[in-house]
Amino acid sequence: MKDPYATIGTAKTASADDIKKAYRKLAKQFHPDLNPGNAEAAARFKDVSAAYDLLSDPEKRARFDRGEIDASGQERADASYYRSYAGGPQGARYSGGPGIDPSDLFSELFSRAGQSGGGFSRGGNEFRDLSMRGNDVSYSLAVDFLEAARGTSKRLSFPDGRTLDVNVPAGAEAGLVLRLRGQGQPGLGNGPAGDALIEISVMPHPFFHRDGVNVTVEVPVTLTEAVEGAKITVPTVDGPVSMTVPAGSTSGTKLRLRGRGLASKKGARGDQYVTLKLMLPREPDEALRDFIKNWDGRDYDVRSSLGME
Amino acid sequence: MTSSLDSAASEVGVAVADLTLWIERRWVRPTRCGAEVFFDDVDLARLRLIVEFRRDLAIDEEAMPVVLDLIDRLHATRTQLRRVLQGVAELPLSAQDMVFHRITREPEP
Repeated sequence: MKDPYATIGTAKTASADDIKKAYRKLAKQFHPDLNPGNAEAAARFKDVSAAYDLLSDPEKRARFDRGEIDASGQERADASYYRSYAGGPQGARYSGGPGIDPSDLFSELFSRAGQSGGGFSRGGNEFRDLSMRGNDVSYSLAVDFLEAARGTSKRLSFPDGRTLDVNVPAGAEAGLVLRLRGQGQPGLGNGPAGDALIEISVMPHPFFHRDGVNVTVEVPVTLTEAVEGAKITVPTVDGPVSMTVPAGSTSGTKLRLRGRGLASKKGARGDQYVTLKLMLPREPDEALRDFIKNWDGRDYDVRSSLGME
Repeated sequence: MTSSLDSAASEVGVAVADLTLWIERRWVRPTRCGAEVFFDDVDLARLRLIVEFRRDLAIDEEAMPVVLDLIDRLHATRTQLRRVLQGVAELPLSAQDMVFHRITREPEP
């Protein structure tokens, strides 16, 4: 959703009158009835109307200005505010910036233990050797579909020049979090460092899709291959393999390539399911049309079994 | 979820050139892998914050790093304070009472 002020073309400080004027001008320009068949104008008109709907209502406008609702009028999710992340492992990436020493407060608080008037006057000095585990720090890493399927090793680099090698296991699924022990923020005193948490996201593939541990792919076949049967080459995550299309196959026929899916946690691999998609020649074929015209079996029934007329 | 440089830029409404500059200045620190960068939720939220600071609060390029640094310090301190309070919460109730009594009492003249 775009900024309604930008959509209408007025400043945030514009008066209700200015907004009305700006809206009318745009509405005249993009009204669908004045631009028949112009999809772009129709879309602009829709945006402009939605923006005006929000800005013309003083209460909604005020709530939008305060950031309580977004441009579509929805309550703004609190999660989009920086402060809701800053305290967690994700935010830890930013709390270790230059000049920020996470041990500052604790050493000030506890090293004066025993002295009167400051810190914790416990009387002893057991806090002097304060040790504390460092915070976990989370990072995100996007990998290709095939990299996730086969497993891969990635080197992350950090602004401070540090690098971290991450082994993404074969069959890794989006949302998987890899924990690298001791690669988070340094500990305090003799405390161990925290862990680095790497959250994996997987980029979509043009034709492979994931379904649990199985891979699904839609493969186009010609009329000839479907009618006569054929041996065709289909892609798998391991590379192309040869597969038999049985004679009399049709669009939607599902074939299984056992063991060509993704590695599961138990070690066994899933399967790949190939769904056939019957394709006629790209250019209409005269001879094919003549054949169909004179074909005895041309009126075969395909819908009644599905309860369709 | 992660976003690439281009999609992060369009998601928060800044030019890719601006975003590249902000990464160079370390205002935002997405994860880097080779030539690619990944923005996750915290990076996007931080970008939105920077955009709001710049657009709505007119915080300029000179002041921005100071403001961001102070915010980072604030959150680092809040995290530490949370750890202290978690520690206090694990003490016996009587000890917790003593801690809170000492925190809330009037400062001595």
